[in-house]
Amino acid sequence: MDGVADMGGTSGWGPVHPPRRDEPVFEKPWQGRAFALALVSSRIACGGYNPDAFRHAHERLDRAAYLDEGYFGRWLNGAELMLTESAALAAGAIDARARNLRGEHVEEPPVPAPRPDYRPTAAPVGAGSLRSVDTAPAFAVGERVRAKDMSPPGHTRLARYLRGHTGVVERIQPASVLPDTNAHFQGENPQHVYSVRFDARELWGEDAEPFTLTAELFESYLEKSS
Amino acid sequence: MTATGGAGERLPASLRTEALEQLLTERGLIDPEVVDGIITTYETNVGPLNGAKVIAKAWTDPEYRRRLLDDGTAAIKELGFSGSQGEHIVVVENTATTHHVVVCTLCSCYPWPVLGLPPSWYKDPSYRARVVKEPRTVLAEMGLELDDDVQIIVHDSTSEVRWLVLPERPAGTEHLSEEELVPLVTRDAMVGVAKVTAP
Repeated sequence: MDGVADMGGTSGWGPVHPPRRDEPVFEKPWQGRAFALALVSSRIACGGYNPDAFRHAHERLDRAAYLDEGYFGRWLNGAELMLTESAALAAGAIDARARNLRGEHVEEPPVPAPRPDYRPTAAPVGAGSLRSVDTAPAFAVGERVRAKDMSPPGHTRLARYLRGHTGVVERIQPASVLPDTNAHFQGENPQHVYSVRFDARELWGEDAEPFTLTAELFESYLEKSS
Repeated sequence: MTATGGAGERLPASLRTEALEQLLTERGLIDPEVVDGIITTYETNVGPLNGAKVIAKAWTDPEYRRRLLDDGTAAIKELGFSGSQGEHIVVVENTATTHHVVVCTLCSCYPWPVLGLPPSWYKDPSYRARVVKEPRTVLAEMGLELDDDVQIIVHDSTSEVRWLVLPERPAGTEHLSEEELVPLVTRDAMVGVAKVTAP
């Protein structure tokens, strides 16, 4: 989906922030707790490991929920969305509890009924998202390929700035769970993954800075290019 | 209001985090000690020191360097580093003429087992948006000026492949041992936004 998370090549973010020496892992205590709680919440909501559903939750956040509280705020808000959707928490439960924590007296929503239609992630059968597939790769190293010009309504890892552009297969990476279906609990559908090398002028026009870029693209994101 | 939209006041993230932890604990869905354990792990055990050990070994052991560039995941595992967000790590080598730099434009994917959690600049929208469009300008803003004849290769981590940059060993460190080299290797150099400098 074309959400705020898909940032490659977008404008208006201002200057980059140079690295700071000795930056702590978590600048504030809540960030560490939000990070850990989000990791655990993701497993609760998905019934197991599903980073694709986790990322899809983040990219569906509104702009403020995605940006205003930074990376760990995004994790917190993504966790809330996943827990609410999976009926582990009622909508508004965190807000109500937070208000009570600061001294208001608000009624908290009841624990929701389990969702009978909810399909959690199956137990993993490989390391992380890596899988093996029986079919031979459709594209070879050195072959010219085009990233399809498509904008799926759900989750995808085909970044907008790559769509419709032509590159060359540089490496064939291990096959992996397809995020587009796994994020929606529609199966792992593992596919071959290719590191595709793009020229900056192909992506950004003749006046672009000279450089090359690689991105990992799933087989179904690609088509042959003569 | 929920986190996902609507008008109204958004309560501070610190307070909502506390609320989330209470709710999950009350319902028996989490064990606070597990939460503490995760925080401790990423604050103290998993960080760029792991990656620095990998790099220092590669600088001093040509056979290890070859294995690292051939199969990063396996070579890194030899030193005991593996786990979540490190299931498949590819190592690329910076040279006098080629400079690699890593980003994740879609979220902030990063090789946790060797570098820990990403620093704030890596997660910042301006880095994610701009380094795939004008890397030379971005690197200069970050303090790394590259000569015009250096080829820049940007790696956008759009799948589960994690990239680690093997920086150039700085001149003047020939006499240093592997152990003496480890503290020189910075996180930023292993992402490709800085070079390693001699002490």
